[in-house]
Amino acid sequence: MGWARKILRVNLSNGTVKSEPLNMDWAQKYLGQRGLATKYLVEEIDPKTDPLGPGNKLIFATGPLTGTAASTGGRYSVITKGALTNAIACSNSGGYFGAELKFAGWDMIIFEGKAPKPVYITVVDDTCTIHDAAEIWGTSVWHTDEWIKKKHQDPMMHISAIGVAGEKQVLYSCIVNDLHRAAGRSGVGAVMGSKNIKAVAVRGTGGVKVKDGHEFLKATAAGKKVLQENAVTGAGLPSFGTQVLMNVINEAGAMPTRNHRQVQFEGAHAISAEAMATPRKTDGKPNLLTNQACFGCTIACGRISKIDEKHFTIQNKPQYWHASGGLEYEAAWALGSNTGVDDLDALTFVNFVCNEQGIDPISFGATVSAAMELYDLGLLTKEQTGGIELKFGSTEALVKCAELTGKAEGFGKELGLGSLRLCTKYGRPDLSMSVKGQEFPAYDSRGIQGMGLTYATSNRGACHLRSYTVSSEILGVPVKTDPLTTEGKPALVKAFQDATAAVDSTGLCVFTTFAWTLNDIAPQVDAACEGGWSPERMLETGERIWNMERVFNMRAGFTAKDDNLPPRLVKEPAQTGPAKGLVNGLDKMLPEYYQLRGWTTDGVPTNETLSRLAV
Amino acid sequence: MQVTLKLYASLGTFLPPGAERNQVPVEVAEGTTVRELLDSHNVPPEACHLVLVNGVFQAPAVRSGVKLKPGDAVAVWPPVAGG
Repeated sequence: MGWARKILRVNLSNGTVKSEPLNMDWAQKYLGQRGLATKYLVEEIDPKTDPLGPGNKLIFATGPLTGTAASTGGRYSVITKGALTNAIACSNSGGYFGAELKFAGWDMIIFEGKAPKPVYITVVDDTCTIHDAAEIWGTSVWHTDEWIKKKHQDPMMHISAIGVAGEKQVLYSCIVNDLHRAAGRSGVGAVMGSKNIKAVAVRGTGGVKVKDGHEFLKATAAGKKVLQENAVTGAGLPSFGTQVLMNVINEAGAMPTRNHRQVQFEGAHAISAEAMATPRKTDGKPNLLTNQACFGCTIACGRISKIDEKHFTIQNKPQYWHASGGLEYEAAWALGSNTGVDDLDALTFVNFVCNEQGIDPISFGATVSAAMELYDLGLLTKEQTGGIELKFGSTEALVKCAELTGKAEGFGKELGLGSLRLCTKYGRPDLSMSVKGQEFPAYDSRGIQGMGLTYATSNRGACHLRSYTVSSEILGVPVKTDPLTTEGKPALVKAFQDATAAVDSTGLCVFTTFAWTLNDIAPQVDAACEGGWSPERMLETGERIWNMERVFNMRAGFTAKDDNLPPRLVKEPAQTGPAKGLVNGLDKMLPEYYQLRGWTTDGVPTNETLSRLAV
Repeated sequence: MQVTLKLYASLGTFLPPGAERNQVPVEVAEGTTVRELLDSHNVPPEACHLVLVNGVFQAPAVRSGVKLKPGDAVAVWPPVAGG
């Protein structure tokens, strides 16, 4: 058990819904969530299909531990072919939506086709209904959430929605649930918009059955004890959140700044966790109000912030005066250091807009940053930006860009293309700091060498959540490695990739792995699910998932040439900090990585490897 | 000689008065080690998970042996993570 053993299939083109049994043979091979939904996707769509066409499918998937008593067991993922990347996409979100979907009795929802007009979907236990969304099309995520709850007279519904950005297919638009948690990356929101789905609202009154209730409670209690006693998950993350990394990464000289021109940001402290907790000079109150947990989470790393009501961004805008989802490190970096802006409340406002209209703050910030470099070089003019003086460090320009991109208006339409398409349009594709069309997260790979290989080989485009070697290279978890060398990194990256793919398929949060290994996770999965889930089997499952994603991408047209980094990172040495004089040594790492993976020198999984993994 | 002491996250409470932006310039004698600097500010060794000198990690085993140079920046965190 663990699995609900039921799939909801919604055909939007002809307006039908039906229940199907979960393919349990596949569940035994791919577990759930990321792995299992990707299996469904690769079996059901043409890899070369237009991600924004009706041939693409959109899957909301839970894991077997979603909705259970396991700590952090509230995750769900959105799996599709990415609008931003044309590659496999899997974006993971917390909050409460995933658990509610499981309580309604479903492992996943598969959306196929395209609705002839805007719709929203309600799933109340066994009953799925497609509704006209005319009254909420063109409105924000926040308005949609409130409107649906009022319309259905059910404040307990949990809602995943797109904003105007998703409707207008901003290529890095995301799907936001519970107001400020998001399946954020690769443009899954644009795919949802292309299908004319405004929102999915779920309400479940059932529970989740597990294989052995007694063993499950023992295993999950043991897991919670580990999280509580670990200094990172028990104290560091709840107190300071991910934002504590701002000063760490800056000090280590791996803070991408002004579109990766520099690796350290002079304004880092002003936008850090420490600054969020310090009372503002303007009103004597700190930006950070409290932390917050997702469903079932005993870590509680989320940030809840409030902007000074007199700050220029929200004067006369009461809709932003309330407390809402605050800055995580990735957003603070992309919106702040990467654009050269160090106004904490302004970054919080832009983060609010990203949640309100459903755009990925990482790709948005990185795209603004690339546009600022184009502007700096004279390749993009004030006339072309619609009058915005798009200078590095301009808070006003950043805020204006967010408001425009959230609604895909004016210059925001161009920013909504993402950095690669934007930079290509203006003749400098090399200025897009991206892999497979997806923008880098917050670690410069000249200062953290393993992250270069992580980005280059990530199946969903540049991403830190596919193999977070920062954990080892900077933070010393599970063991400290030297961030400035390439030795040993191919094996480290592969190990992180495989383990993370397994964790992403359970319904648990990857942040548990700052304390847990698969030795802690496997007993929880095994007590919930039939099949005998050992740590070794979970790792093999992760490797199987990784190879399945790789094969999909190759069939979609990707080759080893796409396992690459922008020229800046391999040709322009870092100018300051410990990595001064270094470029990323991707060329030293990639051949060994292919070999460890059991792939050819061209990065193609061999028949022997695919056979061994039964992909 | 002068060095800069930077204490972050929960270690910020060990900073002396006058510190700004989680850092403070301090005068130390020639030959002062990383560990001696931290001891002089009562920073518990067990709380010093991540210690960087000019951005470079110093393992626990070497902190008592590494002598500071003028202008060095010593930055310290308890166990933290993010992503």
